[in-house]
Amino acid sequence: MDRPIRVLVAKPGLDGHDRGAKVIARAFRDAGMEVIYTGLRQTPEQIVEAAIQEDVDVVALSILSGAHNTLLPKVVQLLKERGAGDKLVIGGGVIPQEDIPYLKSQGIAEIFTPGTPTSESIEFIKAHVRVEA
Amino acid sequence: MFDEDKVKEIKKAREEWEEKFVQKTISHFPERKVRFQTDSGIEVKRIYTPEDIKDMDYMNDLGFPGEYPYTRGVQPTLYRGRFWTMRQYAGFGDAEESNARYKYLLSQGQTGLSIAFDLPTQIGYDSDHPLAEGEVGRVGVAISSLADMEILFDGIPLDRVSTSMTINAPAAILLAMYIAVAEKQGVSMDKLDGTIQNDILKEYVARGTYIFPPGPSMRLITDIFEFCSKNVPKWNTISISGYHIREAGATAVQEVAFTLADGIAYVDAAIKAGLDVDEFAPRLSFFFNAHNNLFQEVAKFRAARRLWAKIMRERFNAKNPKSWQLRFHTQTGGSTLTAQQPDNNIVRVTLQALEAVLGGTQSLHTNSRDEALSLPTEDSVRIALRTQQIIAYESGVADTVDPLAGSYYVEALTDDIEKKAMEYIKKIDELGGAPKAIEKGYIQREIQDAAYEYQKAVESGEIVVVGMNKFQIEEEPPKNILRVNPAVAEKQKARLAKLRRERDNNRVKEVLAGVEKAAKGEENIMPYLIDAVKSYATLGEICDVLREVFGVYQESVIL
Repeated sequence: MDRPIRVLVAKPGLDGHDRGAKVIARAFRDAGMEVIYTGLRQTPEQIVEAAIQEDVDVVALSILSGAHNTLLPKVVQLLKERGAGDKLVIGGGVIPQEDIPYLKSQGIAEIFTPGTPTSESIEFIKAHVRVEA
Repeated sequence: MFDEDKVKEIKKAREEWEEKFVQKTISHFPERKVRFQTDSGIEVKRIYTPEDIKDMDYMNDLGFPGEYPYTRGVQPTLYRGRFWTMRQYAGFGDAEESNARYKYLLSQGQTGLSIAFDLPTQIGYDSDHPLAEGEVGRVGVAISSLADMEILFDGIPLDRVSTSMTINAPAAILLAMYIAVAEKQGVSMDKLDGTIQNDILKEYVARGTYIFPPGPSMRLITDIFEFCSKNVPKWNTISISGYHIREAGATAVQEVAFTLADGIAYVDAAIKAGLDVDEFAPRLSFFFNAHNNLFQEVAKFRAARRLWAKIMRERFNAKNPKSWQLRFHTQTGGSTLTAQQPDNNIVRVTLQALEAVLGGTQSLHTNSRDEALSLPTEDSVRIALRTQQIIAYESGVADTVDPLAGSYYVEALTDDIEKKAMEYIKKIDELGGAPKAIEKGYIQREIQDAAYEYQKAVESGEIVVVGMNKFQIEEEPPKNILRVNPAVAEKQKARLAKLRRERDNNRVKEVLAGVEKAAKGEENIMPYLIDAVKSYATLGEICDVLREVFGVYQESVIL
């Protein structure tokens, strides 16, 4: 790999619980990735815009508000519409197991629920990301 | 506490004991760790003796319950008179569903209400706002106007139930709605008993549901202080919250320090606004967290109480003893719950609730076992409430006041937490006070560092979380979790459309103009807000006017 993996960590929706997002952002950085964090209250449109502007490889979405079924698929859909459907999209937060098959069917590559070690998401990204040199 | 010779004698005996017994034991059976410590990094010694509290002066450092410095509690008889208020934080979907949940909880012996609002409401958007998409009724109840509020409290007598509302940026508007609903029930505002959280500083630091910049936010808060001191005298005008600071990753010491630093900022702001400290300070209340380390948490509550008493008396020259008293609500630690083996959470919550009671809390919310997965089901919340009732009625811990006082360990920890918290407060003073320290990102960075250290310690196994990083089992995905009805959003939208059609829209224009004028001027804004909500101006409409006048806060992202 010629350059570090670039990750956008984003908080879609109105939810302000950002401990997980900030912890995972630091863990990604410590694992050698380049991390951009959007801050709170991002619409799917804003997230996709940032992902394209920053030319990231991965979009990591953290959500605890229960709005995941609405907001996460919308990010994937907008990325596709903007010709950026090759970016790896992952999610994390308080997301019930029974919602995960739906989210995966909508193009979210993996969902990490509470208690997942950060190393697991890091390994997942390394195994699945497509980095263009 | 102990005379010097006695302490010397004890020290000598302890050293002999260590040499004679401890060393021998350790050589055969090494201790589990080289260094034992609490999650605040406070070293925990093998044993505690009078040496550890030799400088304690009983009358000055502990005193009696109900007496300065209130280390042993704010009331002389505490739970011997009346148990703490059992106040489960609840709300989801629309006003009808939440009303039903409140009535259920009251029927099960809950003694106070605690309202959870959904995120659009917390951020001042009506349910039909585009940014509310997917969020309506998810993490709390959707309230867009007085019409929703009337349904929310239908059949609940507001002169007999105390209500806590977790609302911050638009707290003044929700308080106005509460006053208006009470009036419709025939209850005048001087009879209302309850709390609005109204703590904007912790929103910038830890929770994120701010709307306006700090300046106008603080003005709204001091307007509430002033209005309530004259008109709603039993109301707790703010709940200065360490809860969210701890959930964001702070240690117990940081929780005390940053919460009291925020408290100092509110008192400063109110004095600057021309209020007399003893007029508003008796109605300040606090909100703390209870995490897993039992003795540390009990000591934390005692230290916070003593420290606040000193701050109010010595720093602000408050004269009224009520101004010195730190009264607090406690919630058990949401972030300590695991999605794995959720029934284990019942045990964690029991221990944490016990800490709150041993620490002398005024009211308590116990988390439900399934909260790492979703909002709680009715069954789960009943078990959580029963946990409090078993502690209250069966355990005997409520029969005496401050039962852990005099424990060498607890007293030493109380001193230590107070001292370390004071160091933080000094540092924040040097930075210009809490608002400045927040602006500079200092408090956020301290919390994030602690959160990241904690995560690393969990992943390395240094901190054990039973069922999560040790003693795992293969598990089926949990069943029966609460799903919020997705039709709620549509129902809310229809209700709002009808409201906007049927109300007197000319009147709404007038009252909104009144709010605008008050916001631009210096008059107390509360009467204008009460007028506005009574005319069914919506939360979103009122907040839009305020957003226009006050501006909107932009987070400075710190990683």
